[in-house]
Amino acid sequence: MTNSQWLQIGFFFFALLVLAKPLGWYMARVYEDKGFGLDRWFGWLERLIYRVGGVDPQKEMDWKNYALAMLLFNIVGGVVLYAILRLQNYLPLNPAGQSAVAPDLAFNTAISFITNTNWQNYGGESTLSYFTQMAGLAVHNFLSAATGMAILVAFIRGFVRKETKDLGNFWVDMTRSILYILLPISLVIGLVLISQGTPQTFAPYQNVTLLQPTSYDQAVSTADGTPVTVAGKPQMTHVVVTEQSVALGPVASQVAIKMLGTNGGGFYNVNSAHPYENPNAFTNMIEMLALTAISAAFCFTFGIMAGDKRQGLAVLLAMLVLLVPMVYLCVHFEQQGNPILNHLTAGKDGAVLNNGNMEGKEVRFGIANSGLFATITTGTSCGAVNAMHDSFTPMGGFVPLWMLMLGEVVLGGVGSGLYVMLIFAIVAVFVAGLMVGRTPEYLGKKIQAFEMKMASLVILFPPVLILACTAIGVTTAAGRAGVSNPGAHGFSEILYAFTSQVANNGSAFAGINGNTPFYNLLGSVAMWFGRFWLAIPALAIAGSLARKKIVPQGSGTLPTHNLLFIVMLVSTVIIVGALTFFPALALGPVVEHLKMLNQ
Amino acid sequence: MLKEIWTQTRSSFLFVVIFTVLVGLIYPGVMTFLGQVLFPKQASGSFIELNGKKVGSVLIGQPFTDAKYFWSRPSATTPYAYNAANSGGSNSGPTNPDFINTVKGRVEALRKVDPENNALIPMDLVTASGSGLDPHISLAAAQYQAGRVSRARKMELKAVEALIEKYTEKTGWWGFLGDPAVNVVELNLALDSTR
Repeated sequence: MTNSQWLQIGFFFFALLVLAKPLGWYMARVYEDKGFGLDRWFGWLERLIYRVGGVDPQKEMDWKNYALAMLLFNIVGGVVLYAILRLQNYLPLNPAGQSAVAPDLAFNTAISFITNTNWQNYGGESTLSYFTQMAGLAVHNFLSAATGMAILVAFIRGFVRKETKDLGNFWVDMTRSILYILLPISLVIGLVLISQGTPQTFAPYQNVTLLQPTSYDQAVSTADGTPVTVAGKPQMTHVVVTEQSVALGPVASQVAIKMLGTNGGGFYNVNSAHPYENPNAFTNMIEMLALTAISAAFCFTFGIMAGDKRQGLAVLLAMLVLLVPMVYLCVHFEQQGNPILNHLTAGKDGAVLNNGNMEGKEVRFGIANSGLFATITTGTSCGAVNAMHDSFTPMGGFVPLWMLMLGEVVLGGVGSGLYVMLIFAIVAVFVAGLMVGRTPEYLGKKIQAFEMKMASLVILFPPVLILACTAIGVTTAAGRAGVSNPGAHGFSEILYAFTSQVANNGSAFAGINGNTPFYNLLGSVAMWFGRFWLAIPALAIAGSLARKKIVPQGSGTLPTHNLLFIVMLVSTVIIVGALTFFPALALGPVVEHLKMLNQ
Repeated sequence: MLKEIWTQTRSSFLFVVIFTVLVGLIYPGVMTFLGQVLFPKQASGSFIELNGKKVGSVLIGQPFTDAKYFWSRPSATTPYAYNAANSGGSNSGPTNPDFINTVKGRVEALRKVDPENNALIPMDLVTASGSGLDPHISLAAAQYQAGRVSRARKMELKAVEALIEKYTEKTGWWGFLGDPAVNVVELNLALDSTR
């Protein structure tokens, strides 16, 4: 790695920590309702929302009602989104004349956006109307993010409160997340993006006269779509293109929340690699900070709400320990490049030092910003991409796959990252307790059989689901039909697809053709269970913890803010969470890496 | 319990409607208004106009095959290169034989159009970008092509190099973010206008 690359990556982490602390403090004020400025301006709107929505903000919910409200809200949202997708040809703001989305694709897309996955089996600019993007998808970018944040806040209350059933009110936590956190920050980010060149317009696609006309061959077909053949070969016509049609739309408003809410669903097919979605290295830095800021800040919020800031800091440090080395690894392998191509492009004067693996990457970002983006977008559950992961070198592509397999806890999705990480912490103190014969406790709450059962559900279920879906994918013809690259890489494509969907990430080894009934339906199952199978046991743990007394710290208490705990937590995440996947990883990226070196 | 399910379902529906209006219509509407007022050019697509006609966008690349133009990076968009209504990368894996052959063909095309040039071919010039619309090439890729363009246009090499310099974001953002990148569309437009 060069000095410039170190500097850029270093700056990102520095800026993230500088932003996360005050944001974490602010979010704690929002959720604890302690006065934070914006409530004075928009308190009337908040109260109006509760009145129209028919909820009493003072009414507290136990964990079952909280989970019920959360689940019903997401189901209703999904039904409405499905309807918008199916009816977009009748709805307004459709200047490109997009037709209705097919039922299986609409179903997959609806599940994808309510679960904060934003897996996309379609290209935005070639499939969706402006209305669908704005009033359908962007809305769920807010709602699914706010759902995750609300669950986390209820989860933290489970530790903080004692001898009560109440975890707060889902509608209040969700509304406040949007009104005071996601919406104002999105407005600022959106305006910054526009200033740099991200479009924000309702004008139709524009035509541009090309400097040099281009052309392509097109197969001729009859009116009913059957290809015409001449002497056994398909007949081709030469089409000359003199104008480029440039897709526009309300892009900035959607990109801002897609990053901030760790959603990751791009306005355009290629997401943040598109020069309109991410015009330059500066916007790239803004987008990277947006997709990590809230998750990092929540660690501080957690510390403040738990009354011991060191607790939050310890969790954040554990996350960074899991993250930083992987950033280095990804950038390193991408900078080394593809030896086969390095050989092809070598100068006749003997020069071989080339500028890294640029297939699928944008020049304005370069290797460092592409590798860093890939690592953090898969570590959080964002899944936006600024380079095509499918074209990474085998070990460069290993990194995003590995980050997904950690279970989206390395910063993680907004809300969902920290509550799963805290469940890992519960497992870590339990294991530590077993080793030294102490009663496991975390933040003064005893960890007992019920919590451990629920934690096991959360931690053991995703690997089982991922590996089962991958097995179905590689053993059925329908699964193998989607693969676009031969050999070990094709296996990686299927493995990545299901890992990403269960982890609610949404990035892909995008060569895979997922828009088939097989992938649309199996993927929906993976995303649905990947989200709610984790969220509901998490709320159950919170409900159980809230009912307990707080045990005063004694000499037998294992401290959970020191180096030993961080090591325990990191080991738990790696051993319990990711070790399951080693055989699968060996069959995919590792085999391909060895093959590449031998060519 | 049934009553609870009913009231929560009703609230769910109302909240979906409320937020569809607030963040699905009002939020993008306000953003569009502010964007169009504060940054009208950028918010509309950063188009370059020449004699009242749109001839390109600063942010969207175009394909070039003529020796007198700087070539953009290869593009994997369909059905033609640099289709800005259908962005896409190749998603080729690093050991895919078809992909290796494609790159081999691109290397041969570059060697053929400029046979005297024995230098290393910068990787970005023979690999497709992620978007298929990358408006930039690396500084090295521009320098590699400078000799060919100057001969094809019978322009002095120094004049061509000066133009490259002019259309390079050399220092990146804040002096250190990103890699130096040369805007191919702007560079070729400038070349055409010096004739």
